[in-house]
Amino acid sequence: MSVNQSFIGRSYPPTPTYRVSREKIREFADAINDPNPAYRDIDAARALGHKDVVAPPTFAIVLTLPAGAQFVTDPEAGVDYSRVVHGEQRFVHARPLVAGDEVQVTLTVENIRVAAGNEIITNRADVKTVDGELVTTAYSTIVVRGQ
Amino acid sequence: MAAVGDTLPAQDFPIHRYDLIRYAGASGDFNIIHWNERVATSVGLPNVIAHGMFTMASAVRVVTDWVGDPAAVVEYSVRFTRPIAVPDPEGAVLHVEGSVREVRDDGLVEVDLVATVNGQTVLAKARALVRA
Repeated sequence: MSVNQSFIGRSYPPTPTYRVSREKIREFADAINDPNPAYRDIDAARALGHKDVVAPPTFAIVLTLPAGAQFVTDPEAGVDYSRVVHGEQRFVHARPLVAGDEVQVTLTVENIRVAAGNEIITNRADVKTVDGELVTTAYSTIVVRGQ
Repeated sequence: MAAVGDTLPAQDFPIHRYDLIRYAGASGDFNIIHWNERVATSVGLPNVIAHGMFTMASAVRVVTDWVGDPAAVVEYSVRFTRPIAVPDPEGAVLHVEGSVREVRDDGLVEVDLVATVNGQTVLAKARALVRA
């Protein structure tokens, strides 16, 4: 099975609105064993100039992973998920993601190419507020290992 | 004021099965290779492996602990080069070092991270751009 090249350039509709909560940020920070008070203490976050507790630098994966799954699990895309490994990840933050933000993710399949017998897929996930303000762009490269 | 070549305080991050279960729950990434040894070894992995995104999240603490405000990280990227096996009960220890690669004209600081387990590199091109 090989990945359907015709998906290059395809964008999916924005995901349902996700409300970033203080509780989810704290849960995620606990899960990465990071005691930084900016993730938990509103006063600490405000002292740093933020309007509420901030999300860790990689928190957006909570939103972008399900967005990416739209493509990876699309039967037409031809991705053998059992052979998928995560190759690269990049976050570009236009501004900090904070509790109270209501955001949606738009996934775009940027590229699909073959290298050394593997198929390499690059996805871009744009995280925007419901008002259209760009917060974060996440780039994921996944590798479908060859047989 | 950061200068090229400055080193950031290095840190060690122990990783045990418990951490992977908790990260799976918090992140929503329930890929079975991160918690089931039988399946992980059946697909050719040495053991249950850590989520790459857990490793990425842990490594950037060298930067966020250094700068104080985690939202000062405006860009962060890594390449996953080697899976981290997490045997039970021993676990693994992720060692992370950081250094200032460049101080840009716009004041942003580029930090290079080196992440290893037992001396073997697990992340390549691990780099953060920071308002420092």
